[in-house]
Amino acid sequence: MSELAFHITIDGVEIAARPGQTIMEAADAAGIYIPRLCDHEGLRHQGSCRVCTVKAGGRSVSACTQPAAPDLVVENETPHMVKLRRDLVEMLFHEGNHLCPICEASGNCELQAMAYRLGLTAPSRFPFLQPSRPLDASHPDIALDTNRCITCGRCIRASQDVDHKGVFGYVGRGIHRRVAVNGPDLAHTDAAITDHAISAEVCPVGCIIRKRVGFRIPIGEREFDTALIGEEIEERRDD
Amino acid sequence: MTEPGASDREDRDVAQICAAFGNDPHRMIDILRAVQDRDRWISPGSLEQIAERTGLTRIQVEGVASFYSFFSLTPKGRVTIRLCDDIIDRFAGMEAVAAAFEEGLAIRMGETSRDGAFSLDYTPCIGLCDQAPAAMINDVVVTNLTPARARAIAAALRGGAAPDEVALPGFAAMPPQERVRRMVANNVRHAGASLLGPVPAEAGLQKALEMTPAQIIDTVEASGLRGCGGAGFVTGRKWRFAAAEPAERRYIICNADEGEPGTFKDRVLLMERPHLLVEGMTIAARAVGAVEGILYLRGEYAFLRDHLQAVIDDRRAKGLLGQGIVGVPGFDFDLRIQMGAGAYICGEEGALISSCEGLPGEPKTRPPFPVNRGYLGFPTVVNNVETFCHAARILDRGAAWFHDMGTEGSHGTKLFSVSGDCLNPGVYELPYGLELAELLRLVGGEDAAAVLVGGPSGTMVDRANFHRRLTFDDLATGGAVIVFSPRRNLLEIVEYYLSFFVHESCGYCTPCRVGNVFLQQAIGKFRRGLANPEDVDYLRDLSQTIIETSRCGLGQTSPRPVLTTLENFPLIYSAVIKPSSDRIRASFDVQSAIETARKLAKRRSYIFDRDFGE
Repeated sequence: MSELAFHITIDGVEIAARPGQTIMEAADAAGIYIPRLCDHEGLRHQGSCRVCTVKAGGRSVSACTQPAAPDLVVENETPHMVKLRRDLVEMLFHEGNHLCPICEASGNCELQAMAYRLGLTAPSRFPFLQPSRPLDASHPDIALDTNRCITCGRCIRASQDVDHKGVFGYVGRGIHRRVAVNGPDLAHTDAAITDHAISAEVCPVGCIIRKRVGFRIPIGEREFDTALIGEEIEERRDD
Repeated sequence: MTEPGASDREDRDVAQICAAFGNDPHRMIDILRAVQDRDRWISPGSLEQIAERTGLTRIQVEGVASFYSFFSLTPKGRVTIRLCDDIIDRFAGMEAVAAAFEEGLAIRMGETSRDGAFSLDYTPCIGLCDQAPAAMINDVVVTNLTPARARAIAAALRGGAAPDEVALPGFAAMPPQERVRRMVANNVRHAGASLLGPVPAEAGLQKALEMTPAQIIDTVEASGLRGCGGAGFVTGRKWRFAAAEPAERRYIICNADEGEPGTFKDRVLLMERPHLLVEGMTIAARAVGAVEGILYLRGEYAFLRDHLQAVIDDRRAKGLLGQGIVGVPGFDFDLRIQMGAGAYICGEEGALISSCEGLPGEPKTRPPFPVNRGYLGFPTVVNNVETFCHAARILDRGAAWFHDMGTEGSHGTKLFSVSGDCLNPGVYELPYGLELAELLRLVGGEDAAAVLVGGPSGTMVDRANFHRRLTFDDLATGGAVIVFSPRRNLLEIVEYYLSFFVHESCGYCTPCRVGNVFLQQAIGKFRRGLANPEDVDYLRDLSQTIIETSRCGLGQTSPRPVLTTLENFPLIYSAVIKPSSDRIRASFDVQSAIETARKLAKRRSYIFDRDFGE
């Protein structure tokens, strides 16, 4: 394959891409935002939340894992793709217990922000699964409420690949699949508040909770209170 | 566990097991199977030990152990009975058999007896639909169960008899092949030209020796052979891609993980044509330049392992496996059996490779495709049992012979495993292109009201469509053909299959993990008579999202039992729908909604209990 740059088209806009880039990487560089939850800057692509599903050459693929190819025609923000993403985000809301008014992550939460971006403002037709897993507050600086986990696995990859620790991992199968810790509880792992995996940017929701810093930034002044999710990428666009 | 001495011994045993597999994390399924077999569970101590020995973290080991149905993180009985709860088994009287086991062993389904002697569980399709109800007892199987037989089995087990002897008296004294033949009937009803008729030994391999690898691939491609597991990819092309990928090693993997409910044709091939299978794998190895292979055998087929190992050993002894096969210098190929551990998803080729690597059975991100980067990152050909067998026959008889059978685009013969409401359940080898109605005549299922072709991932066909043909382009199937008589409740069948997919979803991606649960709950509303007219649209809409956004074939097909019955049997839905009356949704059951409040308040409702105050 040639090392030369080529073009792909996203919603009618032609952008440059390089061999080896995924559709999402090329889009990010060009200032086109493709919604995503399990993908995060600096972490391996996983392709599990499926929120970045696009139609590429007529086929549904996850933009975070699908390589860009010359002259690929991609549908991103068409009504149909937005509808599919809305369904996926709703599924994640209904799979866990996401009570925004009482959640410390509200305003910084990517799940909540994604719902707003996709025009979801109220619970919908899906049933609630209402998990009731125990809170793990054993660690002096960190608490874990997996009832709010969306199994994006960002903490797993951050701990493994950035912190070189392996504090987190998936256990179980199917609807029982969830994030668990490398030991009987968090206090018996080598998790530290300074870990990248524990940092505010890695957990997109209110599952990993840093103790004693909650509500330091008041609601109303938080990241997504002032900007739509994805705007920082769209600002790169030069047209 | 509490005594330090016992714990030390346990640690030493676990260390020995790990050492037997070279402390290799890629052999995690084998290690966990050995620990599970010995201890009847994977204890927290074992998790720690295995992690330490294999260089993984405890959570990584736990991730594998908690993924597969046959591993348990709580103690199981020394004898575990797994009763197959496929819909066919249910229709064949499974419930009464379950009750007899419960009575005989004095535990309920899902429980383990207090003395640690027995566990009773349900498990999805174990590939014995032609002799249902069936069950696994540890690694052996019992078929055609009746309540009386279940009681007798329970009594014998409680009397201390070994499971092997209970399943088959005289087991210990028999050679492996005789054991499997006596334990399980093959029910070969129709032998075709390629696989189940007379097959001269090693004829394909001999011809392959006279050809270059490129000629072998050309022959297989020219024959029109397509993958027989269900997806139907052109086999020769798959081999060509793997051969063309520059690499220092390549692998041949046989997918013997047939788990699609109603499929059991590979079981019959593994019993009847094991040499042909390994011959086909050996030919594939020569074609693509592989020296190592893996036969991935589903956990439910553990009863076939010794028999298959005997075949492999026999071929090694005859110089048909190993170094310099049939005396040709440089023609080296050998294989090992990799056991599965109860996970339907491992039939998906990426998930199967993950499982071979000792990982949870999660599909891999594509691209890269297995032919480019598969097992351990090397180019890998994964083919179904039947595909390898056909390939060996094509090498013997020639591409044109195979190509001339069947129809355009669907060449050769195909094994169909037929079960359900028909006179002659079993395996039929027939050329592609037969009308479904003709097959129904052959199997004695003419009064069928519905036929599920291709298992739950396939199509539920109504009578008006029995003229359709069994080909890749019309009614595609990996082999399953399940016949349902007019007595059956199709909504019950649909609900069962959705519960199967919920149980078997790996949980990696959102739509399959969560969406299938919602779909199952929605069908439950229809079953309970609580559905509104708009719920039909909801079923279609949700199905579409799951299909379009799922990561692998499981989620891309799991809504098909709903969609194909909505299409072909719309009346089964409309018959149970209740339109909203009084602007109160039928789906809202006020009595059950206030039940918790009644209990908490310890009184009855003024509005909703008519007898309030009496």
